[in-house]
Amino acid sequence: MTEALRVEDVSKSYDGTTVLKGVSLTLAEHEVVCLIGASGSGKSTLLRCIDLLEPVDAGRIIVRGEDVAERGVDQNRVRRRIGIVFQAFNLFPHMTVLRNVTLGPREALGEHRTEAEERARGMLARFGLGDRADEYPDRLSGGQQQRVAIVRALAMNPDLLLLDEITSALDPELVGEVLNVVRDLAAQGMTMLIATHEMGFARDIAGRVAFLDEGRIAEEGPPQRIFTDPANPRTRQFLDRIIEAGRL
Amino acid sequence: MATPPDAPAPPDEFGGSRRSHLFRDLFRQEGTKGVAVAVVSTIVVFGVIVYVVTHSPNWPAVKHLFFNGKEFVSTFPEIASKFVRNIEYFLICEVVILAFALFLAVLRSLPGPVFFPLRLMAVVYTDVFRGIPTILVIYLLGFGVPALALKGVPSSATFWALVALILSYSAYVAEVYRAGIESIHPSQAAAARSLGLTRWKAMRFVVIPQAVRRVVPPLLNDFVALQKDTALVAFVVAVPEAFLQAQIFQQGDFNFTPLLCAALLFLMITIPLTRLVDYLLARQRRRRQAGSAL
Repeated sequence: MTEALRVEDVSKSYDGTTVLKGVSLTLAEHEVVCLIGASGSGKSTLLRCIDLLEPVDAGRIIVRGEDVAERGVDQNRVRRRIGIVFQAFNLFPHMTVLRNVTLGPREALGEHRTEAEERARGMLARFGLGDRADEYPDRLSGGQQQRVAIVRALAMNPDLLLLDEITSALDPELVGEVLNVVRDLAAQGMTMLIATHEMGFARDIAGRVAFLDEGRIAEEGPPQRIFTDPANPRTRQFLDRIIEAGRL
Repeated sequence: MATPPDAPAPPDEFGGSRRSHLFRDLFRQEGTKGVAVAVVSTIVVFGVIVYVVTHSPNWPAVKHLFFNGKEFVSTFPEIASKFVRNIEYFLICEVVILAFALFLAVLRSLPGPVFFPLRLMAVVYTDVFRGIPTILVIYLLGFGVPALALKGVPSSATFWALVALILSYSAYVAEVYRAGIESIHPSQAAAARSLGLTRWKAMRFVVIPQAVRRVVPPLLNDFVALQKDTALVAFVVAVPEAFLQAQIFQQGDFNFTPLLCAALLFLMITIPLTRLVDYLLARQRRRRQAGSAL
């Protein structure tokens, strides 16, 4: 089993508030790991640190054997290999869907326009967005926008995909179409680290679930065990609250 | 846009209700009776003003000096032909300002300690040139640089007066750009960087295009001001543009009507431009209300 990602003892604080307190986590190739935990537990921060969008204060981030958090590493090269999809989509509103998807391949990978566009149209069609290629993002539904954001990340052929609560900004009836895309990707063997509040989805899709609590991984294991028989009382507490809220 | 709309935004086919339309608002909000009242009240107010002015003791002399029909007809064509120069000055300056100011704004937004000196330079530049009256910069450069008689440096006062306008206005326009750049949410740059784009490419493809779109109305406001300020060139230059030509007529004919001609010419450009700004601002507001991100 080859290792896709290893996070070692990563710490991060903002203006004196410590968000991550020594997080360690590994992902094998083709593995899907779901990060669960309350808002503010550090899920987003961890994903942003892995994609080098935030510098870590301490610890190592090893992507396929290379420590990418080290000084002197070409961060742009690392980011090209890691895809991230954000909660608020962050599509570029002044560009068509096609341009959103081809920007990375053309400007970061140096692909030719015709080649990049052909590939992008193919991918959009595969995700049911073929007729949307020439629209601007604000003409699309939230679910469609988030699917475009996923295609934009996939267009870079990443080794690893990070999903940061990608359904939290969606109306309930649009959550399904986005989660189905993620299920497809998992079935195709995409390596994914998924921060999510959708516990049912996490239980279905994850090979492993990690519970992040106050900046630490409090517990991790197979979803069946975490969701039915958590060892850590904090995990139990968190899951009880979720069940109360009718989300599991 | 934390929660983007899940239905496509409706096309904006309605005029914005919050746009302040002097005439349209009157008709919509006050009805026929209101309009009648407005007409009567307007006639009374302007009637009184006209009566007071035209019955002032010195009105015939003032009329002859400032509102002289004959003088107007004889000088207007010449002044209008010189006004072409003002438009030329305006266009030349504007193109350079748009590029130079953007350069300054980008310098100022460079991150990290390495770029501190460049940021500092950009800050000092904008502080200095926004702090000096434009007319002073025009005097200093327009008279000063040609007086140096430097070899290989243009000695035309017009050239340096235009340089002065460019330096002065670039400071203002750079601030407008900067406000635009800072108004683009950091998540946009983060999304671009996450694709592996360099800082510069994220700026060029994602941040600047959105920032520029957002600041078009305030930029146009500065255009209006610049168009007016091309008249300041007259203070250091011998080649007449509209204002200087009007002054020449005024001094030759002992009549102020030519200045009125020049004023009218400026209004012919600035009023439509101002209306365009209002229109664009209203459209932007409408789009924001419709939930679009642009």
